[in-house]
Formats: sequence, structure tokens, C-alpha cells
Amino acid sequence: MSENTNILVVGIGGQGVMTATEILAEAAIALGHDAKKTEVAGMAQRGGVVSSHLRFGKKVLSPQITPGTADVLLGFESAEAMRWQHMLKPGGITLMNTAKLVPPVVELGLFDYPEDPLAEIRKCGNKVVAFDATTIAQNLGDIRLGNTVMLGAIADQLPFGAEVLLDCVLKRFQRKGEKLVELNRRAFEAGRAAVGAAEAAVA
Amino acid sequence: MAAVMPAPAASRVLMSGNEAVARAVWESGVKVAAAYPGTPSTEMLEVISTYPDLYAEWSVNEKVSLEVAIGAAYAGSRSFCCMKHVGMNVASDALMTLTLTGVVGGLVIAIADDVGLSSSQNEQDSRYWGRFAHVPVFEPADSQEAYEMTKLAYELSEKFQVPVILRMTTRINHVKSLVTVGERNEYVGAGFKKEPARFVMVPGNAGKRIPLMFQRDIALRAEAEKSALNFIEPGSDKRVGFIASGPAYMHVKESFPNAPVLKLGFSCPVPFEKCRELAAMVEQVVIVEEVEPLIETELKAQGLKVIGKEILPLQGELSPNVLKPAIAKLLGEPVPVMDSVVPMKVFPRPPTMCVACPHLGVYYTLSQVRNLNISGDIGCYTLGAGHPWNALDTCVSMGASMGVALGMDKGRGEADKDKRIVAVIGDSTFLHMGMQGLLDMVYNKGNVTVLLLDNRAVGMTGGQDNPGNGRDIYGDDSPRVDFAKLVSALGVKEERIHKVNPYELPVLFKTIRDEVKVPDVSVIITDQPCVLIKDYHKLKPFEVIEDKCTGCGNCIDVGCPAIHVTRRAKEVKPSGREVDLAFVRIESSVCTGCTLCVQPCAPGAIVHYAPVSPIQLVTKGCSA
Repeated sequence: MSENTNILVVGIGGQGVMTATEILAEAAIALGHDAKKTEVAGMAQRGGVVSSHLRFGKKVLSPQITPGTADVLLGFESAEAMRWQHMLKPGGITLMNTAKLVPPVVELGLFDYPEDPLAEIRKCGNKVVAFDATTIAQNLGDIRLGNTVMLGAIADQLPFGAEVLLDCVLKRFQRKGEKLVELNRRAFEAGRAAVGAAEAAVA
Repeated sequence: MAAVMPAPAASRVLMSGNEAVARAVWESGVKVAAAYPGTPSTEMLEVISTYPDLYAEWSVNEKVSLEVAIGAAYAGSRSFCCMKHVGMNVASDALMTLTLTGVVGGLVIAIADDVGLSSSQNEQDSRYWGRFAHVPVFEPADSQEAYEMTKLAYELSEKFQVPVILRMTTRINHVKSLVTVGERNEYVGAGFKKEPARFVMVPGNAGKRIPLMFQRDIALRAEAEKSALNFIEPGSDKRVGFIASGPAYMHVKESFPNAPVLKLGFSCPVPFEKCRELAAMVEQVVIVEEVEPLIETELKAQGLKVIGKEILPLQGELSPNVLKPAIAKLLGEPVPVMDSVVPMKVFPRPPTMCVACPHLGVYYTLSQVRNLNISGDIGCYTLGAGHPWNALDTCVSMGASMGVALGMDKGRGEADKDKRIVAVIGDSTFLHMGMQGLLDMVYNKGNVTVLLLDNRAVGMTGGQDNPGNGRDIYGDDSPRVDFAKLVSALGVKEERIHKVNPYELPVLFKTIRDEVKVPDVSVIITDQPCVLIKDYHKLKPFEVIEDKCTGCGNCIDVGCPAIHVTRRAKEVKPSGREVDLAFVRIESSVCTGCTLCVQPCAPGAIVHYAPVSPIQLVTKGCSA
């Protein structure tokens, strides 16, 4: 139903897609929303396609986002962001990591990796903001911060303030010490800034 | 998972259906819980094992897990057992007699149907067991219902002394939604009371229990008629009324908010009167159920005019975008069209083996040996059927690699007379249901080479412990199976048993090539742990010296996902034959130094990784 917010998070098994969606769900719940989160993961741990659905609002019934109704698509990998474009509603937005993870079937020469996923997405008329979350994370000192960079990227596209999501992210690291909390705060802000900069560049 | 338990009563927690059932099991005072891992059911028992004051175990297979639960229920305690849909096929022998004895303490069996086959060899509707075994079936529609129904199932189980099936689907097991949790209530078991006429199911006793089972059916149907789990929501749009169960109910409510709906939570035996009540309110009745037309067929046999699988699919998940067009057509309305982009064509991304997986060496080797027919089994190694190995020819059911291999041997046609038969099975699958097949193979003098891939874990479901790794569900030490001794005890000759390190390709190749030539049962045991469990130790990563790589592609054939092609070229050999070259790099950040790609690299282009500076690392990691 239209009064719900539908967020689709996509990527590959092992990238942390499901955890990111769970943190988004926690933020929605913290604000008193009803929420449902579901995956089409298959044997996701084995490098397969993962698409994680989050729906929140006053009352959520069906957990699945139907094609053409996602408000935001958060893509952890370029070709995956492209794969799920049909899920977006008209006017929906894609936030995508420009990283490319090439699967063995492509390495074997059985299939081609799309030349320019970003251009393909633009071609179909959907709004898209692209940034290199992997490099941002590496520059902050740890590739594992990529997850938090991605959450920072979506933070200003939600029907609630970014600080709610940031709180939920940092809560996860509280027990692991102040240093990690600070790193994640920086990663989150870097993700926000990356989207802001990319949007400004387009405008 | 660990965060679930401490939640105090009345708090609202985001829980998967599996976590919700686990919480309810604990709150219900269950004393014994047993299962064999299987997607999408696995997390139920994993989470149960984090709760105090109960006993949980990974059983060797689903039949044993149900028998353990039966014993506890006979002893008067509450017990729990869960499995994926195909697990009940294995456990059903026990179920079909359990229904005659009934239970003393409550027994709930949660069965997780993989509707849509996200990780299974078939798609089954476990609600059939309710009909076949004459036991009640509950069907939750979300986590809150999974939690509540589990608790109610214990009450029903004890009231009618019958095991209750909680039928879940992937869309219940793995969906997270809010659950209001409660407190644990101790359940004090009555103790085992000897009652041979009830618990010793010999013909004379069992025959007397059958009429009681049929009487119970009548009483259960009456209970379903008045159960609060079955309710009608009157709607304003009377053109179509729906009868829905499980997750399908949510899709109906989402799609047709104004339609009258009969929600069946206690769906077997079907409450016929409730269904008639709904039918009287509306112009047409549509049954929405996943996946087989069970309720539909029974209602049609009752003479009710209902519509079901005539307009809805017989396979896979239902969802609003399946239901809406089907109902629009039924009503003669225009089918709603989605104003979204057409799905774009992107390469498939099938699941693959992990970086440095010990199975990589096995499948690489099998792909290099000619004239093999390879019967496979259920686990990560089923992925060997895919690229680049294409080295697995059958996959049927848990343990089937053994019997299928023997049958391929005994039933070989003229065309296969020179073929060698190989069976591939993992440690946990072997202990689950493969041992008997191997015994059969030895006993009947088969000619099969068995590859027993011992990676010390139930890999595909997330690396659970099993008798093969010497740890129980709590991670505590327990007796560890010695596979060499075990297969020896089953009758495999000592000289035909080999333990091989799967990372030593020359040894593996020679052992396989030699053993397939011997007309006897051989067992080759590989002994390196799954890379996802704590027993695995990473080694120094590798990288490719660009100038030395000749583009031969041997390393790509190993199938490790850390190897990436940097450029392709064509070369014409002196013979005039044109060959494709693929030059590679190794993603050193994920490489764990297993050496599988180093061994087939003729020019010695793969060396230990020597990082230069973080900046260079970044550029390396980002090329396509």
C-alpha cells in the first residue's frame, strides 16, 4: 500500500546486505513504525544474488515489495543495482556503489559484465546517484566500513532524520569500543557526503 | 541471534519466524528440542540452543530428531522438533505411528516448506502430512502468529494427546517482523507411565488405536470450527470472498483490503462450516493457498463452489502481483499494469563455492579425469554440477549418491561399460543417510569410488556442528566420528580407504585415477575444514605477476572466486589452432593462500602477495 515506505537493498551474499536492511528496520521501529524485512537470498552465503526488502509504515501486511513500488533502491554492487531497476516506482531513486564484483561465470567467458551499469540505469530514466563506497571505506582504513558508508548514503532519502539511522548504526558498535564507533560515524557521514556531492554534480 | 533471549516479557522485538518460534518454545516450558539443519528451518534450533533451562541437540537426521522428541513427549515433557520440508519425508516413518500412540507431554513439529525453492531439491506441501497422519496443522502468517500459534499448539497437543504440525514457509521462517514476547512458564512433566497397549505398537495394539484416531479427527474438526485461529473478516466488496492460510493471507489483505476473508490459522482438519459461512456471504469464493490445492479439493468434495488453482499458480510463492491480475481477470476487469521499467538483462549470478573451499580441489580434479559418471548428494558440493567443473551428474535426496551410484554400476548399459562410477558425499550427509547406502554397496559388491568430503561442518546451512567434528550444538566437546574406522567397519577393505588432503592436487589426482580403476568399493576421504568455520586457518595470500601470466587459464578452471580476468586475447598455435587466452589477477584481499591455483600454474606466475602501499591496493581492488 502506498502509505508504506518500500526500501530495496541489493547486492551479493557476504556483502552485508541483510545486516544493512536490518539496521534500517531498527531505525523505522525506533520511530514507532510497523516493519517487515524479507530476503530473496537463496544460497546467499555462496556469492549469489541477494535482494532484501524492507517495508515500514503504520501497518505492513505483505512483506514483499512488488515490482514498480520501491521508493529507494540501495545497490551494494553495480550490476545488481541494474538487475533490480524494475522494482522501483516511477520517480524512485537508486543509490549505488560503483564497485563491480565479477562472478566466476563472467570470468569463464560465459556471460558479459555490463560495460557501464550506471549509464544503463540512466538510460531507462530512473534517478540514480553513484559513488565509490568501497574506496571511501578503504580510505577510512577498513573495507568493512563499506556497509556503514552505504547506510550513510541512504540516510537523507528516508522519511525520517539521518540521526535516527546513525544512532542505530552506532549502537551496533558500542560494545566494541569508542574507536570503532568513531570510525563508523565517519563512514556514515562520508556516505552522506558522497551522495550529496554526486547530486550536486548532477545538478 | 544472541540478542533475542534477554528480551523481557511484553517487549516488542524484531524477530524472524524462526526466532519467534524459538522464543515460544522456550516460554512454553519445553524440555527437549531436536533437529537436523535444513534451510529455511535451521535458525529455530540454533536460537533455541541459546535459551537456558532446556536441552537442545543437532540430531544426525530428521527421523532421529523426531524420535528424540517422541521419547521426551512419552516421558511427559514438552518437546519440539523442526525440519525443512524434505526432512519430514525422512521422519515420516515415525510420524505415521506416533499418530496412533499420541503424546503425553505436548509435541510440536515445525516444518519449513521452501516454497519457491530458494535452497532445495524440490517443492513440497507439508500440509499433506496433516491429512496423511491425521494430525492438526497450524499455519502462521507472520512472526507474531508463529509465536502465538506455537504456544497454542502445545495446549492443543496436550488436550487431544496429538502431535501438532506448525507449517511454515520461507516467507515466515526468514521474514523479520515485530513480536510481543511473554514469560516462560515451567511445565512439569508427569514422567513416563508404562502403558504397553498404547506405546507398544504391535498389530494387536495398533489396530485398537486406529478407531481412536478417527474419533480424534472428528473432535479436532469441531475444535477447528470454534478456534479463534479461524476467523471471518467481513468486507464491503462481496463480489469475491477469500479463504486464505499462511503468508497468502497477508497478500490477500494487501491486494483486496475490502474483500471478506476467512483466515485459516488452524487449517487441518478444515472447518467446513466456517467455509460455508463465508461462501454464504459472497458471490464467489477464491481459495488462496501455497502451494497445492488442499483446502480447495476438500471444499470441492464437500460440494462447495470454490475457485482456486484454476486461476492461481500450482508452483512457487504467491504475492500481490500474482493475485491482483488473476482476480481482475476473474471479475472481467482490466488487468492492472505496473508503470515501471522492463527488467534489464544482467548475467546470472549463481551461488558458487567459497574462496579456498576444500571442495574446489576435488571438483577441479574430477573435471580433469575422463570417463566418469558422478552421482552427487545434497550440500555445498552439489555446486560441483556448475561451472567450471561440470563434475556432478545427479542430485536426488540426502544420501542418494550411494544407492544411485550402485544402481548406475549394476544397471550399466553397453554404452557405459567402460565408465567409472564415482559417488560424492559430504560428512554430514554421509552420517545423515549415506552410511546405509555405503553398507549396501559393500554388501552387494559394487564397483564404486566414493569421495567422502569431510569438511567438519554442515556447510550449506551455515557450518553447524555434527558428529564428524566432535562438537555438539553448544560447541562443547563430544565424541568425534572416525570416518576411516567407520567405513572400515562397514566392510570397505583397508587398502581401499585413503585419507587425502584436498589441497594436494597431485596426490588427489593420483588417488582418484588409481581407485576408479579398481573394481571394488573404494573410499577417498578428504580432511580439510570448511573455510567458514573456526577450524579453518588462513594462510598468506597470493598475487599474480602480470608479466609472467601466459593467459593459459588453468587457474580459472579451479573455480576459485578470487581469480579475475584482466584481459582476453587470441593466440594461433604452431598447429594452426586458435586458442583463447585469459590473463588474470588474484583479489589478494580475499585470498587465503590455499595454493589450489598455484599448482596448475605452469609459468609460476602466482607468488605470495607483497603489498606495496595502500593507494595501489585501492586501484587493484577496483578494476572490473
